[in-house]
Amino acid sequence: MNNQRRATLKAGGGLGMLGLLAAAGLIKPELAEAAWNKGAFDAKTLDAAMSAMGAGKPMESADVQISAPDIAENGAVVPVGVVSNLPNTEQISIMIEKNPNMLAASFDIPAGTLPDVQTRVKMGQTSDVYAVVKADGKFYMAKKEIKVTLGGCGG
Amino acid sequence: MSMNRREFLQLLAIASAGGMTLHSDIARAEAAAEKLYELPKFGNVSLLHMTDCHAQLLPIYFREPNVNLGVGDMLGRPPHVVGEGFLKAFGLKPGGAEAHAFTYLNFSEAARHYGKVGGFAHLSTLVKRMKASRPGALLLDGGDTWQGSGTALWTNAQDMVDASKLLGVDVMTLHWESTYGAERVKEIEEKDFAGKIDIVAQNVRTTDFEDPVFKPYVIKNINGIPVAIVGQAFPYTPIANPRWMTPNWSFGIQEQGMQEAVDAARAEGAQVVVVLSHNGMDVDLKLASRVTGIDAIFGGHTHDGMPAPTVVSNSGGKTLVTNAGSNGKFLGVMDFDVRGGKVMDFRYKLLPVFANMLPADKEMASYIDKVRAPFIEKLSEKLAVTEGMLYRRGNFNGSWDQLLVDALIAEKDAEIAFSPGFRWGTSLLPGDTITMEHLLDQTAITYPWTTVTEMSGETIKAVLEDVADNLFNPDPYYQQGGDMVRVGGLQYSCDPNAGMGKRIDNMMLQGKRIEPGKTYKVAGWAPVSEAAKDSGPAVWDVVANYLRTQKVISQRPLNLPTLKGMEGNPGVAV
Repeated sequence: MNNQRRATLKAGGGLGMLGLLAAAGLIKPELAEAAWNKGAFDAKTLDAAMSAMGAGKPMESADVQISAPDIAENGAVVPVGVVSNLPNTEQISIMIEKNPNMLAASFDIPAGTLPDVQTRVKMGQTSDVYAVVKADGKFYMAKKEIKVTLGGCGG
Repeated sequence: MSMNRREFLQLLAIASAGGMTLHSDIARAEAAAEKLYELPKFGNVSLLHMTDCHAQLLPIYFREPNVNLGVGDMLGRPPHVVGEGFLKAFGLKPGGAEAHAFTYLNFSEAARHYGKVGGFAHLSTLVKRMKASRPGALLLDGGDTWQGSGTALWTNAQDMVDASKLLGVDVMTLHWESTYGAERVKEIEEKDFAGKIDIVAQNVRTTDFEDPVFKPYVIKNINGIPVAIVGQAFPYTPIANPRWMTPNWSFGIQEQGMQEAVDAARAEGAQVVVVLSHNGMDVDLKLASRVTGIDAIFGGHTHDGMPAPTVVSNSGGKTLVTNAGSNGKFLGVMDFDVRGGKVMDFRYKLLPVFANMLPADKEMASYIDKVRAPFIEKLSEKLAVTEGMLYRRGNFNGSWDQLLVDALIAEKDAEIAFSPGFRWGTSLLPGDTITMEHLLDQTAITYPWTTVTEMSGETIKAVLEDVADNLFNPDPYYQQGGDMVRVGGLQYSCDPNAGMGKRIDNMMLQGKRIEPGKTYKVAGWAPVSEAAKDSGPAVWDVVANYLRTQKVISQRPLNLPTLKGMEGNPGVAV
């Protein structure tokens, strides 16, 4: 186990990653907000979110891979990762269809960066999770069902 | 008196020469044992496999299910065959010792004839025999070893930890072990097991940085051949059991992690790679079709005693998938012929452990006596006599669970009762006395609290639908491997082939339809949420009260749902 990493992050307290970076002077708070797509994050339906992102109806692609549990261990913090093997990936977004606001995260991928992101999302119920990737100006997607169950009653 | 088989045979010879009358049953048992346990050695790498013994140190009865439905691609495929269909699928003769071990057919009578099964002293004798005929053989334990009895619970798993060491377990993986809490598991791994038993689990990582919690695999040298054993703990431990007991551990199937572990083991020089799995059989079958480089998966969790492995093809070759039943009833023996750096051929046999055909190992027997001694009085309290057979296993209900929900309704003055769809729990024959020990065999868990909840009809349906989807989702990766929640008071119909939220219908309580908006008083036990800790007295105390009052337990009809769309399914026999 990497105890040093643990200790460093513990020392960072409850600031969170963006807070830490801002506190360290690495980014300016305005910068974090500049790219905020309010329309997409406020959208209440999948179609509305897609259209606010300019994605339209993206085609499914095997080059977009979602890594996530089949059944969530804790709906409050579900680990979801997306890897894009598409050349010139510019953006990766994660959408939870059954969430009140379905766009959970959107990552801008600067040129030369490995398009491989990991985050934690909150889910209130079983839902399809979409990964939407913008590459070379076009949109692609993959989806996966994540079950949120009541628990108990096993084996 | 304890003697080995050779001594026993010598004694028989002397006895018959001396004109003594032989008890024909003993002679028959010895002859049958001879046939059953004389397993010709094959190949050069042998692995012995036990799983899901659920802390049963003594011989017990265990009735296999007559309802084990397969849906989707699993329809009619092993393990989803029962009774006559099971015998046919595996080419077993009806009426023999094996037919009794593997199926529910004619259970009470056959059980009286063949006697009890399992028990660590008898299992130990069999393990020693197999290790003697197969030098270098390892004993693998698929988990669910530390939970399932009063003594395991009261000794905080110590009785089973020491029994496993004495039995000679080499490698194990986990499920119910985790319900003793993360600290206790790590303490046993680091202290008791150090240098003796390896715990392996590639799919357990920390929730924060996804650091491994256990070794993903170990490589053991067997007769000069490096053999990797990759561990797969029960993927849904923090969902099916209380997450607060292992709050910093994350599980899941982790298919990619499995592929990486297998590849790493091969790269390290392993010529044989096997997975010691607590996935459950359907999940193992799917995994075997998608991950390459595994020679065999030794499976457990779903308690399916499979006489032969299923051969699964994948893009890299073929993988054998076995499942070795439960409660110490079976020992799997896998012989590999490894030549030129790979497995060329195999022989597999799942041996039933008939206590009457295998003398007790002296050392193990005296250990068991010693570890049970402080608890004997409590364990042997006679609670009631049962007129019917009591068993648990089956997709929807068992007579033991019927008794538990009846007791909960009576003692808690509830309208409806729920009992979890556990697959462990031993069986009793008609006329047997129910002791506290037997009751604990059905209920001994670290979160045994009873609950009484006001639930709306809508919530009751949501609960039933949720559990039904864990059992009947056509994609095995979404199944949790338990059975359907047992229900008392409430009748319903179930269509296993329907989609999530559409399987349960016609919910009735005493002739009246359950109304979504109305509330009902529901009793239950084994709550998984931390908030429900200490919610009520332990279930064994509640049920013991009921049994003491009843004194005689009549054979009662099982409350079973009306099944839809299951006509002709070989996973059900009535």
